[in-house]
This record gives sequence, structure tokens and C-alpha cells, in this order.
Amino acid sequence: MLEIKDIHKAFGELEVLRGVNIHVDKGEVVAILGPSGSGKTTLLRCANFLEKADAGTLIFDGEEFSLNHISKKEIARIRRKTGFVFQNYNLFRNKTALENVTEGLIIGRKMPKTQAVEIGKRALEKVGLSDRCDYYPSQLSGGQQQRVAIARALAAEPEIIYFDEPTSALDPELTGEVLSVMRQLADEGMTMLVVTHEMGFARNVSNRVIFMEHGKVVEEGNSKEFFANPREERTREFLRTISGHMGSAD
Amino acid sequence: MIDQRLFEILVDSFGKILIPGLTITIPLTAISFSIALVIAVATAMVQFANVKVLKQIARFYVWVIRGTPLLVQLFVVFYGLPNVGIIIDPFPAAVLVFSINEGAYCAETIRAALEAVPAGQMEAGQCVGMTYLQVMRRIVLPQALRTAFPTLSNSLIAMVKDTSLAANITVVEMFMTTQQIVARTYEPLALYIEVGLIYLLFCTILTKIQRAGEKRLNTYGV
Ligand SMILES: Nc1ncnc2c1ncn2[C@@H]1O[C@H](COP(=O)(O)OP(=O)(O)OP(=O)(O)O)[C@@H](O)[C@H]1O
Ligand SMILES: [Mg+2]
Repeated sequence: MLEIKDIHKAFGELEVLRGVNIHVDKGEVVAILGPSGSGKTTLLRCANFLEKADAGTLIFDGEEFSLNHISKKEIARIRRKTGFVFQNYNLFRNKTALENVTEGLIIGRKMPKTQAVEIGKRALEKVGLSDRCDYYPSQLSGGQQQRVAIARALAAEPEIIYFDEPTSALDPELTGEVLSVMRQLADEGMTMLVVTHEMGFARNVSNRVIFMEHGKVVEEGNSKEFFANPREERTREFLRTISGHMGSAD
Repeated sequence: MIDQRLFEILVDSFGKILIPGLTITIPLTAISFSIALVIAVATAMVQFANVKVLKQIARFYVWVIRGTPLLVQLFVVFYGLPNVGIIIDPFPAAVLVFSINEGAYCAETIRAALEAVPAGQMEAGQCVGMTYLQVMRRIVLPQALRTAFPTLSNSLIAMVKDTSLAANITVVEMFMTTQQIVARTYEPLALYIEVGLIYLLFCTILTKIQRAGEKRLNTYGV
């Protein structure tokens, strides 16, 4: 359902993405792993046009788009079918939890308010926050904020949700509640592309793992196999250094 | 020290000064400041959004206005423009100059506040299907105005006092009225202190309103 072909992106002299190819099938959960600075965030941002790639193609739902040359209208059309969950939540600070979820529906999609509120409440219920509808982001814990952010992404019924390290800004004891919501979404068949450092999630929830380094895909494969028998030496080294995170939250 | 005569002058003049305060100083401030806010938001937005040409015009406007004295601007408009056939009555001329002058300062306040809103707010808005302008109007601008509120209140309070400069272009506001009473009674010390106290009263009320406003705006605790 989603394919990115030969994407390139440089910030000045620094080449951050150097010909990356990825694809995500419908209903699949794909985890992107890699050391800091390998270009994972940039890849997701380019896929949702928050950053303009220098070259590359996006195939979304069978339709082909240029990643560096696309109209605002087409961007809007693609974004309608995607959700984005940021590392630092980015909840609208001047809106309550419920308003955060309904804002895009009412203003962006011109949905009648009553319908949007109904959808919003259902989305918040799904992430276990029905009792926090009227709270402002500043009144919520990090884990709760991230769950509101997930509800906000969900409410638009996207075909795919991008997650950029959704738990890495959280205290360890709060990551579990976010990961369990994500796991529930995965079980329901939501298509997800997840940049993460949570090896438990990558191993146990995702179907496939992509390992990136220096703007390239080093290795990818079925997640069980990836962890059991990494092919590349570089992957093994990475998994060894990060093994402190293994086994936690799944 | 305060004899019977002076006391009567002060009591008598209090009403005489307060009336132009209510009918000239306050409307002049309120009208000019409202227009200034509109100018300021527009000026700040075109700079923030990097709109070609308009951004240059905005920078130029702010540069000129902040770099020249308010009194000079008043004189140019009221005494200068008639030379080229543009004659404006004192009060509208004062509104024009105060709006344009205040607009430039408030524009800088709002621009700084817009820049202080994290970029993630705009990105998140666009990711949930809103357009740039929709996110601006519903998310970014309200947050920026919240941040700018104390500074804008400060500008408003400063403006109440600056309106006394309008006396120089024959607007009969509080200060001009006081001058006229002084000319009749020869009691400059007492009367100028009196008008000063009335300005202080106005500003105290505004400060109270500012406090209450800040409390109200604090509900979402940003
Ligand atoms: N807007 C930007 N301007 C300049 N350089 C940038 C910008 N965004 C990212 N970079 C650089 O691009 C490189 C890749 O960044 P990116 O955020 O994609 O890495 P990442 O894989 O997500 O890392 P992490 O695991 O730390 O989040 C980094 O060296 C970063 O400094
Ligand atoms: Mg990142």
C-alpha cells in the first residue's frame, strides 16, 4: 500500500538519505531501527512531506507521486489518508484532549461537530482516556499525551500511521501504556510504520524490521528472523550495543 | 498649604479634565490600539510566513516607524501633509498616527511570539488535514497572542500616556485641557500633578484588567 523508491535527502553538505527503498503492505507493522542520526526521522518526515526530499518516488495506494515535486493539493490528499505520531507528541497546547482529536475533523475535513465529537470520544476511549476529554495537554502525563496523539491520528481513519519514536520521550514506566495501545492497533490490523528503539516492540509486535545506517537500508527482514539470525555484521553489532533495551515492554 | 482657592480649583478642574479623558483619551487609545492590533497581526504574519514582497514592505514599515519619533510622525501628518493637499482633522490624524506607530511595535511583539510557538504545532496541524492558514488561525496565532498578551498590555498602557502628545496637534485631550486651565488659574504644579494622577488612575485600571486577563488565559497553562 506504501512504497518509497530511491529517496535522497541532504541537509546542505550532509547526505541524510542516500537511496532508501522501503515498502509497507496493508495491515503490516514495519519497524525501522538504526543508530542515532541514521536518517529514520527524516525518512518519515519526507514520506509525509514535512520535509521535501531531493529525489524519490512515493507510491501510495497504487498512485505514484514524486517526493520532490508535488502540488499542495496532492500533499493534502495523501495526508488525509495518513496519521503521524511525533516523538514529542505535538498536541495542540491551546486545545483540550477532545478538541485535539476533533480539530482536524471539524476544521480540516469540515465534518459536523456532533459527528466529530462522537468520533473523538470513541478514539479517546480506545486509548483509555475517556475520563480525560476536557484536560489540556499541560494537565496530562507524557504517556497520556502520546495516547491522545495516537487517538488524534486514529480519528481520521488513516490507511497508515507513521510513528517516530513514540515512546522515547517518556519515562520508562510510561512507555508500557503507549506500547500496549500500539500493540492493540497492530492486532486490529492497522498499517503502521514505526521508528523505534523498543526492541521488544520490534521483535514481538512488528512483522518486519528495517535496519538503517548512514542513510541506507543495511538489512531488512521478517522480525523473528531478523533478531534470531541477523545477516550483516553491522546489524549484529547494533543489536549487541542496544541489547540493554531487549525484552522490555512488548 | 492647600488653601481654599486652590482646593476649589482642583475639585472644579477634576471633572473638566476627566471629561476629555473619557471622551477623547480613552476613545483615541481604544480605536488606535484596535487598528494597531490588526496592522500588527498582518505585519507579523507576512514576515512569519515569509510572503515575498509583502515581507519586505513589512520590514520597511517597521524600520521607518520605530526609527522616527512619534512626535515627528504626528507633525508630518498634521502640519506636513496639508502642503500636498491632504488635510486631516486633529482627531482622525491622531488615530492614524497612533495606529500606524503602535502597529509597528506590536508587530514585533507578535512576530516574536509567533516564532516562539514550536514548529511541531504547525506540523501536527498539517498532518491532521488542516491547511497552513487554518492551523495559523486555530492553533498558532491563539498561542502566540497568549504569549504576547503581557507585552501587548504593556504597550496599551504606554499608549494611554502617549496620547498626551496629541495635544501638539490641537487635539483637546486631557493634557491640553489641563494646560488651558493652568493658563487661566496659574496653578501649574497642582494641576499637572492632578492630571498625572488621572493618567495613573487609568493605567491602574488597565493593569487590573491585564491581571484578570492573564488569569483567564492561563486556563490551559502554557
Ligand atoms: N532540519 C535539519 N537541518 C539540518 N540537519 C538536519 C535536519 N534534520 C536532521 N538533520 C540531520 O540529519 C541527520 C539525520 O537525522 P534524523 O533525525 O533523520 O536521524 P534519526 O535516525 O531519526 O536519529 P535519532 O535516532 O537520533 O532520532 C542527523 O545528522 C541530523 O543532524
Ligand atoms: Mg529520529
